[in-house]
Amino acid sequence: MAEVEKKEVAAATPPWKPKPRPIVRLGIVLISHSLLVSVVCCTAGVVALFLLPMLAKNTYISENALMPGSASSMLSNDDISEAERLAKDLTSLNSGAADAGIERRRVLAKYLSDLGVEVGYHKFEPHQNQFHPLHFFSSPDSGLSRENGSCSSYGINVVGIIRAPQADGKEAIVLVTPFNFRKNSSSEALSISIGYAVFSLLSRVTWLAKDIIWLVADSQYGEYASVASWLRDYHIPVFSASSSHNADSCFEGNNINLLREESLDRTEISSGFRRAGTMAAALVLKVTDVKGQLEDTLSVYAEASNGQMPNLDLINVVNYLAVHRQGLRVKVEKFLSVLRWEWIWVLGDTLNFIGKVAGSLNPEWKFGISTPDYVEGTATLANSLYRQALGIPTGPHGAFRDFQVDAITLEISPKVVYTNQGRRNEFILRSARLIEGVVRSVNNLLEKFHQSFFLYLLTSPAKFVSVGVYMIGFALLVAPLPLVAASLYVDANKPDPSSQGPKHKLQINFKPWKWLSAAKQVFTVHAWGVFVSLLPYFISQIPNSTPAAHSIIWFSLSTFGLLVLYLITKSHSKPQKGEWENLKSVTISVVFIGLLLMSVVNFATAQIGALVLVPACLLAQPLKLDIRDASLKSFLRIACNVFISFVAFPPVGFFVLKGVNEGFGDMDVGEFWTWLESLWAWNSATYIYIGMVHLPCWVLCLHILLHSC
Amino acid sequence: MTIQIRKGKRATEPQCLGSQRSLNSEDLLFPNQTGDSKAAVYFQLSNGRFRPPPAHRLIAHHIVDTIAPIFFRVSRTMWLPLRLTLLLLFLLLSPRALLRSGSAAVVSGEEEEFHEELLLKPLPDRKVLAHFHFHSIAPPSKSNGRHHHLFPKAISQLVLFPSSVPFAMWSDLDLILNFLFRLLNNCFSSSRKYDVFLIVFALIGVIVGEFLSFGQVQKFRVKEMELSFTQGRWNYERWGGFDPISSNNAKPPGVELWAVFDVPEDQVDAYWKNLTNSLSGLFCASINFLESSTMYSAPKWSFRITPGRLRYGTLPREAVCTENLTPWLKLLPCRDKAGLAALLDRPSIYKGFYHSQRLYLTSNASVPAETVSGISLEQTLTVVLQPNSPSSSSIHSGESNFQPSWSLSSIFGRKISGKCVLAQSSIVYLQLEKSIFSEQKDNMDNGPNSLASEGFAGGSGFEMSLDPDIVIEEENQSQHKGSSVLYGFWVEKYNESQPFDLGLKWKYPVFWSSRQAPLHASRFLMGSGNERGAIAILFKSANSADSSSGSRHVSDGCELQVDVFQVVPWYIKVYYHSLQIFVDDEAKPIGDFVHKIQVSPSKDKTSPGMMEMLLKLPCDVRSAALTLEFDKGFLHIDEYPPDANQGYDIPSAVISFPSFHSVMHLLSNDSIRKSPLLSRFQEKNRVQSYTEVLLVPLTTPDFSMPYNVITITCTVFALFFGSLLNVLRRRVGEEERYLKAGKKKGWLRVLLSRLLAKLRGKPMEEPDQPSSESAPLIGKKLVLKVILVAVLAVAWQFYST
Repeated sequence: MAEVEKKEVAAATPPWKPKPRPIVRLGIVLISHSLLVSVVCCTAGVVALFLLPMLAKNTYISENALMPGSASSMLSNDDISEAERLAKDLTSLNSGAADAGIERRRVLAKYLSDLGVEVGYHKFEPHQNQFHPLHFFSSPDSGLSRENGSCSSYGINVVGIIRAPQADGKEAIVLVTPFNFRKNSSSEALSISIGYAVFSLLSRVTWLAKDIIWLVADSQYGEYASVASWLRDYHIPVFSASSSHNADSCFEGNNINLLREESLDRTEISSGFRRAGTMAAALVLKVTDVKGQLEDTLSVYAEASNGQMPNLDLINVVNYLAVHRQGLRVKVEKFLSVLRWEWIWVLGDTLNFIGKVAGSLNPEWKFGISTPDYVEGTATLANSLYRQALGIPTGPHGAFRDFQVDAITLEISPKVVYTNQGRRNEFILRSARLIEGVVRSVNNLLEKFHQSFFLYLLTSPAKFVSVGVYMIGFALLVAPLPLVAASLYVDANKPDPSSQGPKHKLQINFKPWKWLSAAKQVFTVHAWGVFVSLLPYFISQIPNSTPAAHSIIWFSLSTFGLLVLYLITKSHSKPQKGEWENLKSVTISVVFIGLLLMSVVNFATAQIGALVLVPACLLAQPLKLDIRDASLKSFLRIACNVFISFVAFPPVGFFVLKGVNEGFGDMDVGEFWTWLESLWAWNSATYIYIGMVHLPCWVLCLHILLHSC
Repeated sequence: MTIQIRKGKRATEPQCLGSQRSLNSEDLLFPNQTGDSKAAVYFQLSNGRFRPPPAHRLIAHHIVDTIAPIFFRVSRTMWLPLRLTLLLLFLLLSPRALLRSGSAAVVSGEEEEFHEELLLKPLPDRKVLAHFHFHSIAPPSKSNGRHHHLFPKAISQLVLFPSSVPFAMWSDLDLILNFLFRLLNNCFSSSRKYDVFLIVFALIGVIVGEFLSFGQVQKFRVKEMELSFTQGRWNYERWGGFDPISSNNAKPPGVELWAVFDVPEDQVDAYWKNLTNSLSGLFCASINFLESSTMYSAPKWSFRITPGRLRYGTLPREAVCTENLTPWLKLLPCRDKAGLAALLDRPSIYKGFYHSQRLYLTSNASVPAETVSGISLEQTLTVVLQPNSPSSSSIHSGESNFQPSWSLSSIFGRKISGKCVLAQSSIVYLQLEKSIFSEQKDNMDNGPNSLASEGFAGGSGFEMSLDPDIVIEEENQSQHKGSSVLYGFWVEKYNESQPFDLGLKWKYPVFWSSRQAPLHASRFLMGSGNERGAIAILFKSANSADSSSGSRHVSDGCELQVDVFQVVPWYIKVYYHSLQIFVDDEAKPIGDFVHKIQVSPSKDKTSPGMMEMLLKLPCDVRSAALTLEFDKGFLHIDEYPPDANQGYDIPSAVISFPSFHSVMHLLSNDSIRKSPLLSRFQEKNRVQSYTEVLLVPLTTPDFSMPYNVITITCTVFALFFGSLLNVLRRRVGEEERYLKAGKKKGWLRVLLSRLLAKLRGKPMEEPDQPSSESAPLIGKKLVLKVILVAVLAVAWQFYST
């Protein structure tokens, strides 16, 4: 940015005349050359985005206290065999039986209490995430979920707590293993094995400084729901249980009583909620069967709601231990379709070539990156951006982030489905040692995670782009907006275009309140945006309808609303001179403000939004003018405008993205509805952004394009 | 066996004169008459804490008799300066110690006592509780002034002797005068007149020294004090919450100190500060942090029933280790070299699940009427250990029901080779729950029923390696399941060749549960984020399973009293009006249950918030919850501790049940009356428990970024001063004139501008004439601006300092 500005200054020395202050002069220069500035800045912004994989740094463990891998693992084969015995006991139960779930919980609790740890059951009612327009950005609220449900829809988590022998119990580390007590699943049994092996070891060790909580989350209503409701009860318990009273009563008849029976025989299994201290970190452990893998892999999921990330150190520790100690292959999710794009490979080759040339000129310049690395990095980065932009957590760890607990999901997938017990044991041993190592590292922490980054994008498990780097691209993209807005405003308010000549071009002639009518228009459209984003709440109340019907109703209602607005506010007078410029100027200002605000809430959304909105806003010009002009330049502009305004329409954009990723095979109108529903269900700020910034601005751009000047 | 010293036997004459130590009666060598080599070793270790021979006075006079002639023999042969210094040295250093022995000998009614006891108790969760109890008693101060033989002097100095000080002084004076008369006699007989001056000088010195030491004794006027160092948490659910050990010896993690002072109310804080500092030095701990007024509070009625000038403070984060244990052991006459304390093998006692060393000091010396005991010092060490089960894998093989068998040597890695010779009594108790026996009866019907013979006769579920010397049964008053049996072992029967190594072996799996406090209290934080939160204290009925089924109708109008004492640091800003009470899952008005409440809100950086509350809950309550909301405050940058990102502690709340007493009703026996441990168990103390320590994360600045801060500050300053200078200095008209002048001169510049104009396709513009004369040099606006800046600067200066 600074370079560009300097260039501008050098290129255009202002004429000699009574000069305002330098900073104002600089501003005037930039405004007067806003076209050049915006082209250069936008290009630079996009280029900076594509350069990010090259600028990524290697991760390093920032917090010294973690000391990953400095202690040798204490996990023995005894723990494994005992864990396998548990898994066998769990799977051998007849899954068809009605009370198999209860029986499984009982077996698990028996094993846990034999370890000498505290065991408790936690019952919860899974609730659907309901759209509530006023609950965006509010903290997780316990009152939300207290609705009457039918008795059958209760889940029961099993919680084991190891009290650290010599510690004061102020802090705790949480291990989560989702497990469906109703179903037999070999991979879930494997994850229970790993969890139990670690847990039984931890119940014997003397080095614990923090309590350990093992949450076996009942995943029959979804992994996230069970973890989230446990966390809610942990942090925001409700003492006056007036609404859950009947819930209790139907519990009594259902399964808790059966569980209690056993608790009477001298073990301290209580249905009361058990707590440990403040949570330091949480690990969610899952085992999945993925076919066709070359080796055992570990996938790390870190994105929580609204693009929040756990501290980078947590990922670093996992990555370090998995790669350097247990020999697992660590991977982060990436867009596979990016790998198929030819132009990315070409771009990678080009960058590689440039890097090589630069390296040959001066060996100090080592910014080259091999093409496959670049493409992989881009794919991962794209996924990282997309996941953060969606604002939907990628796993049960997201629930922890809502309570400021650093958490990640570790998904371990074995190479093959192990039938040989020895191989299986070896797999469990490696995974359990990884968990043990991570727990031990976190246990070493004196303070909570604070050393490393919270704002970053991953380009590979061991590489990241920090906020200081990725902000540059966004800043470059957004920078031209105020300049263009100012220059448009100046243009629109020129006293007389023919009389003076270019000499007085820069004399800002203030005619106040001329922008007010434009602002009124913009405001009206934004109010319409609010209306549109609130509509789904009412539409979703309509019973017995498909998503497709929902989206059609929504679409027609929105269009109807827009038409009504247009008819009401339509001005009957002849369009004035400079009207569309004013409108565009105000629109651009609003987009600028909206993008900046969004970049604070969720950077990734703002970044992706800026990629679409900035060109759309900057290019928008009444088609009539361009058609009148009829030159190549204006033709090009028309083409660009039409294309961008087509793509920028949210549903179209969604389907285009989906098509690029998965192929334009089967498209259903309802999909867009479901996608948006998931956004609001997870309280994603992206929904607000789309409804209140993106859509109104798109409409305004369209309005400018079709302006009759 | 204590060392016998024959009465009337004179000590051998001290050999050296000039040394202070040889004259110190505390160090007087009493030759070991028994010839036991071990006793000699003890003597060296427990230097200065020997039992005083009753013939003290004789000895003291003997010393005076012997010293004076020696002294004057020297003075005659040597020249004056040497004599003078010797005399001064002698007078300034020795008389206090010398005379003390005399005063101690004046009245020697009672003797100082020391008892050592150890209680072992298997816990339901396969662990073993070991409770060491050392009790030192110093008789009322009238008898022995400020010097002790067994009792640690460091501790006795914490206590005040208001009535005894003048008395001791006068008894001292008696001896001083005696001594001086002898000196005078000698000196007049030798006709060296100027020695009289020396004597007068010495007299003044003695009196001044006496008054100086008088001030020292008064430094801490502690009436009652308890200091505990704890590591780990007491598990109230498994290890019991009702018995005397859990009520008295279960302490919050870290350091807890409370003391009752015998001074006027306005001086208490000053005395507390002195006390914390000296204890800090004594125990190698950071107790001195309790000195700050933000760290301690003055509970009125909830913490102790007995009124008094009480101060209470805790340090939850204090790490406890051997460095705190060693000074604690130093207070014992035998340290850890002999007796029960010899078991304290550091690695094994710090490996355990709970470790709490405690020091409890009471003195009624200030009350002249009471003559029962002067100062009593109770030192207890409570540890919960896991006996090494023969194989750790036995857990896996399904034998988890078995209690592990253990012996003293397997738990501590050491054995007891005899008692501490200085102890009056040395007893090891083994406490077992009675419910074990009943269960065994259930298990095998034909088992012998006599309790006393059952345990060790080999017919029951366990086996002791040694036969107990005494069996004490708890009187089963009410049908509580918590009653127990105590087996006592006299340690004095054992010696080096036959060490005491008690072992317990289980034959059958047994189960029992410890007796619980009426309500189990737990405390936790609610909410998330750095802005606000809430503290919740949750009471759960300990016997919820029973009460829910049957005993509900029994209790009508019965009330359960609960005292809550909670201290909150000032940066947790508790809103006491937001107190809410939920009884049995229903929100209830506070007035229905809170019988009495006293709140002293926190003052920022001055004092912590304190809440005392007396709750009266119905007896059949299943659960009750209290919630208090708080805001998290901000600290000043230099108030952050080094590990600021860990969070901040809220010390444990104290929950006590005034209507319940943790008393063991033992069948009265002569041996019980002698044992301080058992008599302590029989005292009526209310049941008390501590809640968890909480950790509150506060907002912390990023301390690792001073560079950024400097950069930003400098930038802001540069911008500020730059624009300020511009405002003050700049004159537009002048500048233009300069510009024009410069343009006329520099041909290069003209050329350049022409070139530029050509490049841009514009005609070369003529410089405008200065459009208007420059405004009056000092305009109104400028004045205003200057004033504004000046005001800002003054304000800045004023507020930043």
